[in-house]
Amino acid sequence: MTSTRSSRRALAAGTAVVIAALLSTSACGGGDDESDGGNRPAGFNAATKGVVNTSTAKGGTLKFIGSQDFDSLDPQRMYYGFAWDFSRFYTRQLITYDNKPGAKSTSLVPDLATAKAEISSDGRTYTYRLRDGITFEDGSPITAQDIKYGIERIWAQDVISGGPTYLKQILDPKGEYKGPYKDKDPKKLGLKSIETPDAKTIIFKLPKPNGDFEQILALPSSSPLKPDRDKAAKYALKPFSSGPYKFESYSPNKGAVLVRNDKWSKSSDPIRAALPDKVTVTINSNADDVDKRLIKGDYDLDINATGMTQSGRTTALKQHKANVDNGTTSFIRYAVFPEKVKPMDNVHCRKAVIYAADKKALQTARGGPLAGGDIAANMLPKSIKGADDYDPYGALQNGGAANTAKAEEELKACGKPGGFSTVISVRNNKPAEVATAEALQECLGKVGIKADVDQIDGAQSSSITGSPSVVRKKGYGIIITGWGPDFPTGQGFSQPLVDGRFIAQSGNYNNSELNDPAINKLFDDAIAETDPVKAGEIYKQINHKVSDRADYLPFVYEKTITWRSSRLTNVYTADSYNGRYDYVSLGVAK
Amino acid sequence: MAARGGPPGGAGRLRHPPGATARPSTVLAYLIRRLTAVVVMLLIVTLATFAIFFMIPKLTGTDPALLFVGKQADPAAIEGIREKMGLSDPVLVQFWKFVEGLVAGRDYANGVDVTHCPAPCFGYSFRNEQEVWPVLTSRLPVTLSLAAGACLLWVIGGVAAGVVSALKRGSVWDRSAMSVALAGVSLPIYFTGLVSLAIFSYALDLINVDYEPLTQNPGKWFESLILPWITLAFLYAAMYARLTRATMLEILGEDYIRTARAKGLGEGVVIGKHAMRSTMTPILTILGLDLGALLGGAVLTETTFNLPGLGQGAVRAISDKDLPIILGVTLIAAFFIVIANLVVDLLYAVIDPRVRLS
Repeated sequence: MTSTRSSRRALAAGTAVVIAALLSTSACGGGDDESDGGNRPAGFNAATKGVVNTSTAKGGTLKFIGSQDFDSLDPQRMYYGFAWDFSRFYTRQLITYDNKPGAKSTSLVPDLATAKAEISSDGRTYTYRLRDGITFEDGSPITAQDIKYGIERIWAQDVISGGPTYLKQILDPKGEYKGPYKDKDPKKLGLKSIETPDAKTIIFKLPKPNGDFEQILALPSSSPLKPDRDKAAKYALKPFSSGPYKFESYSPNKGAVLVRNDKWSKSSDPIRAALPDKVTVTINSNADDVDKRLIKGDYDLDINATGMTQSGRTTALKQHKANVDNGTTSFIRYAVFPEKVKPMDNVHCRKAVIYAADKKALQTARGGPLAGGDIAANMLPKSIKGADDYDPYGALQNGGAANTAKAEEELKACGKPGGFSTVISVRNNKPAEVATAEALQECLGKVGIKADVDQIDGAQSSSITGSPSVVRKKGYGIIITGWGPDFPTGQGFSQPLVDGRFIAQSGNYNNSELNDPAINKLFDDAIAETDPVKAGEIYKQINHKVSDRADYLPFVYEKTITWRSSRLTNVYTADSYNGRYDYVSLGVAK
Repeated sequence: MAARGGPPGGAGRLRHPPGATARPSTVLAYLIRRLTAVVVMLLIVTLATFAIFFMIPKLTGTDPALLFVGKQADPAAIEGIREKMGLSDPVLVQFWKFVEGLVAGRDYANGVDVTHCPAPCFGYSFRNEQEVWPVLTSRLPVTLSLAAGACLLWVIGGVAAGVVSALKRGSVWDRSAMSVALAGVSLPIYFTGLVSLAIFSYALDLINVDYEPLTQNPGKWFESLILPWITLAFLYAAMYARLTRATMLEILGEDYIRTARAKGLGEGVVIGKHAMRSTMTPILTILGLDLGALLGGAVLTETTFNLPGLGQGAVRAISDKDLPIILGVTLIAAFFIVIANLVVDLLYAVIDPRVRLS
């Protein structure tokens, strides 16, 4: 190009046009206030305090959107929290969570069974009788044998992996049963610890008592299935419904459509409201677009419910605050210190890190008090029995500020008065975790602890931070991660983290490799306890012991910003589903 | 731009005797030779993808089987998954089985019964058990729709802008076109895509970008693709405009253009027939490469606009470590790249009489 004054002027003019175009567009993207179809939104945080828009009106289409697809639709294979919540549309269990808001949702109520279990006096035999009128989508009755067969599928981990295996560990700890696909019994009902004397009775025989057994039976992995409808690995592509809706279509990574299962009868099911005529799920690869479409009113709620994106929540909070809920999720975001990695083997060095951390800065890195959560003092979420405000390191004092004097004292006690070097491991696909790693790194630098941040492939974390030998080899003194309960008890939350018998060579979650016989014994006591309140007292003791050992630096009790369209009826958050809305109760106003 | 090179043999520089066309038998031999090379190339790509998928876990000490167990990883389950996925076989054995499946189909035992996966069998998704080939064929039309429309837009827009700029060199038109072209080259798709969504979809609410197949609803298909087409075409048109302008300027200085003008031919014939023909040769080269390699642009465009095409499928598969889908998409992409190059080489002979197939 020739370089003359006029060409330069033209170039400048062209640049100006481009910049002007950019500026004029960056102000856009809000969406108008009247996009909600005329219904008045219920108010900020309304669904975390009670039921929003109580209604029994049937009809309409309930529209979910999300950026993440189900891990599986097969109830025996799913592990994503939102999938468990959603599964109640098309699966039923012997017992399930109550359709009540908040903490009341965690109480168990009979579903396919007529009542909760009759438990023998030694706590090892659970007997259920089935309701009348319970059917699959083809109209055939759901029998005790179908429930047993469904549960047996959990044993076929070599064919249908991915789901929780608690029942396998509880009912067959020695691994004697090989699963229904290798079962020599002609009816494929070879598992000895479940008995089905007739079509209406099912008896579970536990080798040793477990106070949470019914909690675990309430997971979707206990859903019934008829053997002739089992497509093994391919079953996930079109599950056979026992609930009020059945699949019209499912296309992985694109979406699903559920329509009414006309063989299901309300009289047989006291839990599921089944208000909408249709339930749709749309998977959208652009997370920003998901939030924009919710705000615009194209969809009702985010099925993933992991919180809106930064731009989405800014718009939502500014312009549509009454459509936003800010619930607590039962997740704790935290750092854990592997005790086998020097110098974290010394309790004083661990305490030095805890005191040096500015909890306010870590909360801000997680997204602040609304999108991040409340500063956490210990490692038991508020929704679990036994939780309290035990705060041995003063995390809640001085607005969460670091206690540098105490940190330096502990460093001296550890024999490292000038500080030490360590490595922080963090998952690269979790931006908030990376931000907390950087914030922690800065805090530690102030007391002379030099921490390098190692970002690991988040999808592979189960074989990196989940492998104690890799952790030692890489010298990870601090691992940043998060944890939520599979079922809302101390066993469901704490045991995989701090019971020494749960240390595994891969897929390990006891990252500190904490193996204290006293703590392990307390778990045995709590699990054998059938009174949840008494069990809660034991979990409280465990939590205090873990806190005193300084293996964990909890950041926040997680909270999320979620969107609730004004069309939705019967909206409430449920502790049973980690603070998500109880999907099966939702309806839509026309 | 220069690094992308010209046609093989440097056509446009080397002068072959005019009118020298190849005999049919040589063309056939040439085609057979090229098609054999295509097959060999695809085999190498497959082997490389296999190797990468297995080398990386070895190097980083991670285990793909662990991605497919739940929170409680029981060792027997991990071993079962390895067995089921064939991950415990040596890489070369897996490679051989894969190629066998492509050519002859394969039988899979899914626990209850044995299913036959007909050729071309790309296997089953590790993540959701879908058969890979139907996944690819359902996603391919979306990417083809995106590519065809965008390509049409960018070739017409880019070449036209380039030609006009060359003919009116130094004018305001030339400079503003080249400035916009610079912006087009510099702005990434995920930016222009989001800006166009913000204006036309969220703010003005003019366009609904929910994709529907052409065969089901042509109107909606068109509506959903307008913004992706423009976004993708904007990036490429810019390059084409700059390339066309440069080539055209060079050709307008050639002797044969002066001769044509001296013969008294009209300016329309000189530009349209003589100059354009030579200008199109490098454009065609680039077009062949670009169309083949379009998947890169399609990944971002499809993710931004939520188009269920191959690019979006590839991103999901990579984050899911879903080897069969990754392999399928890689092979389809490689197939299109080599075929596009072959077609371009054949077209040279049609467009430029100076080129011979040999």
